[in-house]
Amino acid sequence: MMDLLLEETVPGGGHASLIVKRGQSLRLADLRGGANASLMLFNATEKSERLNLPDTLKCQHTAKLTAGHCLYSDMGRVLAAIVADTCGWHDAIGGVSNADEVNDKYGVGRYQELRNAFYRNGTDNLLVELGKWGLGISDLLMTLNLFSRVDVTSEGALNFVPGNSKAGDYVELYAPMNTLVVLTAIQHPLDPNPDYAPKPVKLALSQADRQVAEFCRTSCEENMRGFINTDRFFL
Amino acid sequence: MTTTLTVSDKLPEHAVFRETLAAGEPWLHEVKTGQTLRILDLEGNQAVDTLFYSLAEPRERFDPQRTLRRQRSLYLTTGTVLYSNLGNPMLTIVADTCGRHDTLGGACAQESNTVRYALEKRYMHSCRDNYLRACAHDGRLSKQDIGANINFFMNVPVTAEGGLTFEDGISAPGKYVELRAEMDVIVLISNCPQLNNPCNAYNPTPAELLIWN
Repeated sequence: MMDLLLEETVPGGGHASLIVKRGQSLRLADLRGGANASLMLFNATEKSERLNLPDTLKCQHTAKLTAGHCLYSDMGRVLAAIVADTCGWHDAIGGVSNADEVNDKYGVGRYQELRNAFYRNGTDNLLVELGKWGLGISDLLMTLNLFSRVDVTSEGALNFVPGNSKAGDYVELYAPMNTLVVLTAIQHPLDPNPDYAPKPVKLALSQADRQVAEFCRTSCEENMRGFINTDRFFL
Repeated sequence: MTTTLTVSDKLPEHAVFRETLAAGEPWLHEVKTGQTLRILDLEGNQAVDTLFYSLAEPRERFDPQRTLRRQRSLYLTTGTVLYSNLGNPMLTIVADTCGRHDTLGGACAQESNTVRYALEKRYMHSCRDNYLRACAHDGRLSKQDIGANINFFMNVPVTAEGGLTFEDGISAPGKYVELRAEMDVIVLISNCPQLNNPCNAYNPTPAELLIWN
């Protein structure tokens, strides 16, 4: 059993950031079903090193992400390993909406009228959270959308798959290095729901055993080399 | 979006700029609003790793995820509008005789080469080396600005099961793509030096770059 350090629920539309230290694990849980968490990762001690989804995908010959996969930085290191996943598919294609896209899709939802239920957008949420760490728009690269699935047809058409994540589904990220996690619980840009209704995501930070990531490390030769690169950062 | 091959009526002798970029070289160049850039695969199956920035504000750059979701398609071809991270149209693909261009594979780097191929591949030349070198000399861009790029002429299909495959056989000698600038842009290219991947038959080759007013 892992040693629970912190629990926190990010409300729908909310944003958060935390450092998951080397050897710790962050579980993200979809409390109600249909959640989406957009994510960026950084090396907490050298923040110019960032989640690189193209490297992540091509190193593992995958377009989706699930248990056994590693999330790579641009420096060939593993920022996080997906050590548990009950929904089977996380999306690397859709990204995050900005204010104009949210306004076009859901209409006007201002703080003046709605108070803290105002319509937020993933881009600004992540920019605010990045700003707290001295990071900015240049650091907002391709984001990972946890809990969401977008299928690609043979012609290349993108289709959002509703119901990919059910209430209680979770994904767990083990950090083999000190990883800054920046996230927002916000609807996926391709979610066809016409109403602004982002769902909450529960975070649980635990002390973990490196063994939990062993099946990620050995799931392909690439990941074995990725872990060697990661360990060398701590020599 | 169905792939549509579209031939250009532009004549090379009318171009205001024409240059052959050898394999493994970077290229950083401005293209102004209304100008058209042609990238031509001279010998076939060459990856031309390309990034775009707003000339007025280089923090504004090509955004692959916005571009893909706005057209609801993974593949770029004639009619595709390349959007920025601020949601503005940067360039439009106005001609394309290849029909497949990759947006998910990104650029090669010394570090990703160690993961993909072998730790000792670290010292081979890479696209990111080219990007960083060009950015350092130009002065307007740095590592922070290097986001996910387009690999023109690369065929990287996604399977129904979510697999990613690097396939060959789509591009050929003389295939090209043409982009009309919707804003003043900086174009940053690395003509990919990758020697470890069968997608270019282990043989990086030159590309030709042309600009028309």
